[in-house]
Amino acid sequence: MMQFVPARSLLPLSGLALALVAAPFLLPNSFALGVAILAILNAAVAVGLNLFVGSAGQISLGHAAFFGIGAYAAAILSGTYGFNGAVALLAGAVASGLLAHASGRTILRLSGHYLAMATLGVGIIVYLAINQEIGFTGGPDGKAVPPFRIFGAAVVGEMQWYWIAAIFLLIVTWMALNLVETGYGRSLGAIHASEHGARAVGIDVAAVKTGIFVLSAVLASVAGSLYAFHIGFITPSEAGFLKSVELVIMIVVGGLGSVFGAILGALLITALPQFLTGFHDYEQLVFGLLLMLVAMALRRGIVPTLATLAARWAR
Amino acid sequence: MVAKTLKAIRLMADFLQFIIAGTTVGAVYTLVAIGFSVIFNATRIVNFAQGEFLMIGGMSAAFLLKAGLPLWAAALLAIAVTAAVGMALEVFAVRIARGAGILMLIVLTIGAAITFRGVAQIIWDRNYHSLPAFSGTAPLDIFGASIAPQSIWVIVVCLVVVAALHLFFTRTLVGKAMRAVAADRDAAYLCGIDVNRTMLVAFALAGALGAVGGVLIAPIALIHFESGIMLGLKGFAAAMLGGIGSFPGAIAGGLVLGLGEAFTAGYLTSAYKDALAFLVIVIVLIARPNGILGKSTAGRV
Repeated sequence: MMQFVPARSLLPLSGLALALVAAPFLLPNSFALGVAILAILNAAVAVGLNLFVGSAGQISLGHAAFFGIGAYAAAILSGTYGFNGAVALLAGAVASGLLAHASGRTILRLSGHYLAMATLGVGIIVYLAINQEIGFTGGPDGKAVPPFRIFGAAVVGEMQWYWIAAIFLLIVTWMALNLVETGYGRSLGAIHASEHGARAVGIDVAAVKTGIFVLSAVLASVAGSLYAFHIGFITPSEAGFLKSVELVIMIVVGGLGSVFGAILGALLITALPQFLTGFHDYEQLVFGLLLMLVAMALRRGIVPTLATLAARWAR
Repeated sequence: MVAKTLKAIRLMADFLQFIIAGTTVGAVYTLVAIGFSVIFNATRIVNFAQGEFLMIGGMSAAFLLKAGLPLWAAALLAIAVTAAVGMALEVFAVRIARGAGILMLIVLTIGAAITFRGVAQIIWDRNYHSLPAFSGTAPLDIFGASIAPQSIWVIVVCLVVVAALHLFFTRTLVGKAMRAVAADRDAAYLCGIDVNRTMLVAFALAGALGAVGGVLIAPIALIHFESGIMLGLKGFAAAMLGGIGSFPGAIAGGLVLGLGEAFTAGYLTSAYKDALAFLVIVIVLIARPNGILGKSTAGRV
């Protein structure tokens, strides 16, 4: 039977809610709060991407494109054409969903490195289009985004944005935890284990894969729109290859297929560069070395590795 | 009549110009794509630091030249340095992470690429550098098309490298062992082939190939610590286009990509030459999921 909150998700979900409520009171200044907002929005994207990559066993090296479409929908529709922010956000989500559906139907037949290449290609095409269509997007110089308005009042200040981002992440996490308990969620795991097997038990593999791709794209798009409204100025790099790679790194480091792994990975990968700025010229070197160390030492990602250790210790 | 003939000649000269420009770039993409394939065949890893090998080769050659070495010595030393970097990557990272999942290995090589960029901006700098053209810059006039001597260098060296690789893989014991590992790793191991050494040779070879590409392209395109990103992606695209692991495929993929870019830039729009390259790849992958010349193993569902 479908429950509002699956029993075994109740504790982790309330733990996340508690951490999200407590965080603003523990963070030292508004800069840290800004980093937290960014981490939370990234976490929402990572949770969605992890359903597609971790649960369904697919690969996307172009997910930043959907984040970028959401961000630029906010900037263009709300900024240039004066639409309400919510309309711009919805339009971006619809556009991302349609692109994911159209491309998913064809490229999701591929697997492994070929799927990686195809998603990379789609992502780079979107990135290059944002770079070239200077009339709409401002090109490489970026574009300003007007403030988000609810009933005529502008959402300003880090605190207001923090609560919007936190509520968004809670909804996404609740949805993801629920989804993996449904028949649809189980079919993702079946596809991951064996596509032929999944088809043999009557799962419409193409439809399930496209569906989860669309869902993860829409989540990335909404997060991108919220990011754009919060930060007030965006550049094409939000849709670029390195941003796509960063998203994949978050879920791999945190733990593939683990909802809380994605959140932890997003938090670490977003916050780490802020700490590393103290290293100045050595920032990239340290970041790269840490990635390599994680890949060598924690092959399954942080959360699944810790979960195994905890289970062994409990026994 | 005369005007018409002149116009036809000019169109032909343009066409020839685009062919040569495309072949030059395509030759460099081919070198990157072969680097991808060599490592993929030995380890089943897609090495996202392959573009960084070009950067390391080009940058170290530029700085060795600045230190007073003659161009040829700087180029050879740069190739040796990059081969050593490739071997270090295999020994200190890839060997330890063996058996990890495909995504974790992608994260590993991306981590290596970021590390290389980090090291490059510390030991060198964040500026653009170039090498002098190998034999002057006075363009040659061939049927009305003007050709930079460096273009000829790029194409000829690429041909020599491909021929040498062909001999290496068909005539030497190490090369044959590498092909055996590519065909069936476990069977090769059972036949007494040292799989570890094969992996080490593959990374050294990929490093050297990358450095050759970097040294060749540095006189044409300026090189700096982030040059490897786009070159790596294009090389990966070329490898996938031809079918990763296949050498004829790497050549075909590199040339198709280079010529496609040159003709798009020449006849359509230079703004979208990069985008069109990737669009072609997505379409080719949908139509032929294993690349133009790839083996038709599973992959399409």
